[in-house]
Amino acid sequence: MTDLTRLSAADLADKLAAGDVSSVEATQAHLDRIAAVEPAVHAFLHVSADEALATARDVDARRAAGEELHTLAGVPIAVKDIIVTKGLPTTAGSRILEGWVPPYDATLVSRIKDAGLPILGKTNMDEFAMGSSTEHSAYGNTHNPWDLDRIPGGSGGGSAAAVAAYEAPLAIGTDTGGSIRQPGAVTGTVGVKPTYGSVSRYGLIALASSLDQAGPVTRTVLDSALLHELIGGHDPRDSTSIDEPLPGLVAAARQGATGDLAGVRVGVVRELQGEGYQPGVLARFEESLDLLRQAGAEIVEVSCPHFGYALGAYYLILPSEASSNLAKFDGMRFGLRVEPEDGPATAERVMGATRGAGFGDEVKRRIILGTYALSAGYYDAYYGSAQKVRTLIQRDFAAAFEQADVLVSPTAPTTAFKLGEKLDDPLAMYLNDVATIPANLAGVPGLSVPNGLSDDGLPVGFQVLAPAKADDRLYRVGAALEALLEAQWGGPLLDRAPELEVGK
Amino acid sequence: MSTLSRDEVARVAALARIDLTPTELDRLAGELDVIVESVARVSEVATPDVPATSHPLPLTNVFRADVPEPPLPVADALAGAPATQDGKFLVPQIMEED
Repeated sequence: MTDLTRLSAADLADKLAAGDVSSVEATQAHLDRIAAVEPAVHAFLHVSADEALATARDVDARRAAGEELHTLAGVPIAVKDIIVTKGLPTTAGSRILEGWVPPYDATLVSRIKDAGLPILGKTNMDEFAMGSSTEHSAYGNTHNPWDLDRIPGGSGGGSAAAVAAYEAPLAIGTDTGGSIRQPGAVTGTVGVKPTYGSVSRYGLIALASSLDQAGPVTRTVLDSALLHELIGGHDPRDSTSIDEPLPGLVAAARQGATGDLAGVRVGVVRELQGEGYQPGVLARFEESLDLLRQAGAEIVEVSCPHFGYALGAYYLILPSEASSNLAKFDGMRFGLRVEPEDGPATAERVMGATRGAGFGDEVKRRIILGTYALSAGYYDAYYGSAQKVRTLIQRDFAAAFEQADVLVSPTAPTTAFKLGEKLDDPLAMYLNDVATIPANLAGVPGLSVPNGLSDDGLPVGFQVLAPAKADDRLYRVGAALEALLEAQWGGPLLDRAPELEVGK
Repeated sequence: MSTLSRDEVARVAALARIDLTPTELDRLAGELDVIVESVARVSEVATPDVPATSHPLPLTNVFRADVPEPPLPVADALAGAPATQDGKFLVPQIMEED
């Protein structure tokens, strides 16, 4: 019998619909895989086996009774631990929320539950999604399935590693500056940051409210489209949610998979290559451009002159918004409360002691940076200037999309680095997101699809960016490149990942 | 642009209500100084004629119908609290006495 954990979500869904396998079998297969590889990978902070199997049994019973079910009903999924799940612990990778069990579901979780997808558990991440390696989790490192000594990317390293290690066919990530796309690139998986407002933020523990966006983490482009259509669409509980229907994402992915891109204008962003990019990353990028050209796409070069300022603007806007959003962790209504060692236990002093003990280094760094950027005397120079850069980056995108239907670049400048390598150098860590950050500042959607191995034998990602609300273009171009590459390779890139030592 | 001194970091950390140990303060002051210097480049292109953008998509005044909805039950809201009493959050004294 086929190993159910190796199937794409779309193929597993077909087998479930045909009655070839049950959701209980599929869910149990993934739980067994989790038990076998988690000691090495550590993608999960919590595994909800009982709840997942209960959902699977319910879906199997409803299917047996002839009920009309969602396409993905019965297909198991993992959820990043920054998304609140009623009854399942949610920590956002922080000590300050250790043991917290949310009293409500995020909208995207409600949609997952309504569609009957068993939730396997909650995945590891950098604390409050601040990081590019998942090393800032308060609960230990996640290891890249391609090389266990290397980072799985971040902040959503747990979701990407879970999918890459066949612990789940689907996962949810969140992307504030690249936290879905960069982990996708370094683990050889697919990740999509939808248009800002395409997926509800209700129930996401906010990092930077004007940048955060949840999206799919999968092994194939079609699976991402299926998941995006499930979790996306208008939600009255998020006032920034887009009040119009999603474009046809699954249809776009299927169209792209034919490998025909005739008439599609692909813009290569001049500023997102060159210095700082690993030679193997650039070589794979050029080869992918050749494939797109052969598929009928017209390749043009575009310039986005202000992208060089995006990283700076991002590291002012994000900390500023985070310093405000994280003020709710005050030790009063939920999470950790620590009393000061001496002196009066006033609310203010309890708050200081709680945050001093409960937040990790990177969170402290960014809250203090954000508080500084917003403080009197500095506001105009820092936060105000960053907001202006945001305008300039939006204008760069607008001009580039006059010349091209999609923009492309390498997703990340390098392949996965060694655990610990950049932990003591925050600026070097921040550079991992240099190619992904502009999309968040402008609100436009982006996708990363695996496009080969670098000289070091580690996976590389290809980024596709589209105008706001044109997420369908990502899926068309992403699926086309995926199909053309897999035809060359004779199968998915992940087939070339080393087999993990599986325990009993 | 100004550099970020150890005293300044201590002052801002107090504003942010984060207690730092002297060791943390030493390390953060050095790191933040480097970061601030790097991000300060944004002012090079942030000329007066460029408008500020605070939000990726233009949206204004999103309202819902003025219809009451059931709130989160009190027991659920209190379930994660460090301390409660009589159906309320129990918190430390807010004002210092004297």
